[in-house]
Amino acid sequence: MAMALRALGRRISHSDRFFSSLSEAAKPPSDGKLINLFTAINQALHIALDTDPRSYVFGEDVRFGGVFRCTTGLTDKFGRDRVFNTPLCEQGIIGFAIGLAAMGNRAIAEIQFADYIYPAFDQIVNEAAKFRYRSGNEFNCGGLTVRSPYGAVGHGGHYHSQSPESFFCHVPGLKVVIPRSPRQAKGLLLSCIRDPNPVIFFEPKLLYRLSVEEVPEDDYMLPLSEAEVIRQGSDITLIGWGAQLSILEQACDAAAKEGISCELIDLKTLIPWDKETVESSVRKTGKLLISHEAPVTGGFGAEISASIVERCFLRLEAPIARVCGLDTPFPLVYEQFYLPTMNKILDAIKATVKY
Amino acid sequence: MVTTPVLLLPTTIVTIRPFADSSLHSSMAASAVVRRLSSAPLRDHRLLRPFSSTGSESTITVETSVPFTGHKINPPSRSVETTPVELLSFFRDMSLMRRMEIAADSLYKSKLIRGFCHLYDGQESIAIGLEAAITKKDAIITAYRDHCICLGRGGTLVESFAELMGRRAGCSKGKGGSMHFYKKESGFFGGHGIVGAQVPLGCGLAFAQKYLKEGTVSFALYGDGAANQGQLFEALNISALWDLPAILVCENNHCEQGRIQDLNIEGAKTSVGPCFTSELHANLYSNYYIKLKRLSIRIAFLSHSWHSSYADGMGTAEWRSSKSPAYYKRGDYVPGLKVDGMDVLAVKQASKFAKEYALKNGPIILEMDTYRYHGHSMSDPGSTYRTRDEISGVRQERDPIERIRKLLLSHEIATVSDLKDIEKEVRREVEEAIAQAKENLMPDPSELFTNVYVKGFGVEVSGNASDVVKNEFS
Repeated sequence: MAMALRALGRRISHSDRFFSSLSEAAKPPSDGKLINLFTAINQALHIALDTDPRSYVFGEDVRFGGVFRCTTGLTDKFGRDRVFNTPLCEQGIIGFAIGLAAMGNRAIAEIQFADYIYPAFDQIVNEAAKFRYRSGNEFNCGGLTVRSPYGAVGHGGHYHSQSPESFFCHVPGLKVVIPRSPRQAKGLLLSCIRDPNPVIFFEPKLLYRLSVEEVPEDDYMLPLSEAEVIRQGSDITLIGWGAQLSILEQACDAAAKEGISCELIDLKTLIPWDKETVESSVRKTGKLLISHEAPVTGGFGAEISASIVERCFLRLEAPIARVCGLDTPFPLVYEQFYLPTMNKILDAIKATVKY
Repeated sequence: MVTTPVLLLPTTIVTIRPFADSSLHSSMAASAVVRRLSSAPLRDHRLLRPFSSTGSESTITVETSVPFTGHKINPPSRSVETTPVELLSFFRDMSLMRRMEIAADSLYKSKLIRGFCHLYDGQESIAIGLEAAITKKDAIITAYRDHCICLGRGGTLVESFAELMGRRAGCSKGKGGSMHFYKKESGFFGGHGIVGAQVPLGCGLAFAQKYLKEGTVSFALYGDGAANQGQLFEALNISALWDLPAILVCENNHCEQGRIQDLNIEGAKTSVGPCFTSELHANLYSNYYIKLKRLSIRIAFLSHSWHSSYADGMGTAEWRSSKSPAYYKRGDYVPGLKVDGMDVLAVKQASKFAKEYALKNGPIILEMDTYRYHGHSMSDPGSTYRTRDEISGVRQERDPIERIRKLLLSHEIATVSDLKDIEKEVRREVEEAIAQAKENLMPDPSELFTNVYVKGFGVEVSGNASDVVKNEFS
């Protein structure tokens, strides 16, 4: 089922407040209801708890449904022993989750905003990522999944808009996964929960309500570490993840009007990332542009750029462009200047193609 | 008619006139004080400082609402000395803070303030009582519910409103917003967004003060939510080890960020309700919380039974966010004091006591039992985890401004109409400040890049490979 889904192109439909409707990639069969991102995640959590009696969901305020409604109905269905609130202590939450996972359980911990994940950074990097390695495979915390909303939302300011994915991409032993839409989110989250490695699942908070798509109601998984070409093109390859993909899609449409054919790839899993798909696309187009909200210096785009240069140096026709957030803290009032907007991306596409 | 000018502030002209109502028995030297502001070009509406040293005013002794409860320390006496001038200043300043917060509420609803806005109304007595006991050389650091603390530290209304609206005249140049007010010259170290992060900073401030030997202390304010952060205990241990003059003040408003809480007052129990911890989700989901099941909440929130109340947070009796909700005892080896945070005189007494203690002995914890009328932030209505009856009950029984009003009237320091005049004046000041702040501009776009580093470091403006611009900004 997952294979069939993957083989088809995706048509992502969003409500039209922010995003234009997308290209005419092959339309998947409508085998599901139109739901938004938080509902899809909610469904995934329901299925995960249903199928594994040793799985637990916890975090700050999850019992009543969570601040983004991702955990509604879980306590009613599975009880307070499996879906419970924690105090306000991120380091404690993750440390606790690692311990729970080390005993063979599936611990699905929520960090309320990715901006608050830093107290837990030590636990994630030093404990979770290295557990299997340092114990010679005697122990592991593969059952750990950390879910956290990330990304800009329009008025989040310094501490409700950050994209910290690149910090975790630097840690061997972890997986980092970011969905772009409800259908992706449900399948990817189920894969993350069932993956025998600790995974950080960042959810684009901007899309919780805005992104609406037909999502199958049954249990399905989407493969990790497989990037997806969501739009075919020939002139330049664009890579992004999460909410940024919608911006990239708008830029693709705008570029198409100027005769530039863009190939758009959703990376989905940031580590370990699908180098082959990206490489074969760059071999086709000869140009690459990466876009993410996180600040450009040291962002994950730098890793992609360096790896692709190593693999495709002679094929590249232009320097790899990165259109990313600025190297400042996430600003309070000038968010629209800070973010990699459609216009910035379009300029970069044109500059790269005309190099 | 006796007119005795009393100089309170350089910018003020003060006259004292006897009671308008001659039937009142004016036995005391002090009579009603009406203050008129001078018309300075930039109206910086600051708080009135209690003028404590002349002795021309007679002192009044007032008992705090409840006695203090100590943990590993003998609590100070319930009797607090104050003066009529001080009481009036309390009234005026708390009214100013109250009005500012309410005005911020409507500014937020009319979208002039965006992002986050955590209001302090109900808790003003902590800010004012603290100020009455300390100097501007002492340091205060707090979390994000900081508008009134900044005002207490000498911030002006214009600065505050401008910062809330993100304008350049704001105390943080419009770059901080509601959660990041600062005032260096008065020892206000801000305004922090990450829960609990300000407490180790506060202990660091105390460390520096110990070196400076100026007889100053640091007050690190935090909420009952932050009380479970590990860094708090790390900071406490270090402070106790090195005898730092750090005073940790837990503003326990019984709503850990708006979490489900379980108040157990004299047997009455609340059940759980949903809540929001931030702006964003409530903005996104304001439709949904209306549909959430509202569980019935029965509560008798008695004004003087606070010592049996405690914050459970998070759920029913079986689960709490805090295993021990007696936050003043959480320091274990660090002594603590439980204070009725809505009695400004109690706060003043406790703060004075704490400062003396900390300078000699090291850290101490003050738990201020208080209440906030608004929700956690502007997106939290505050009524999903508490009833309107509870909120209005607190307003009637424990409101800090009302308590001072009653004192002023019963001690015949002011009449009802005097106090009304003060409130009208305060309202006017706030409106003027808002008007002024509204006219102020947003920061220049170049400010996006300033103050990331100290001047001399380059900042890459865009990530576009073919258009890399290196700018030198300060």
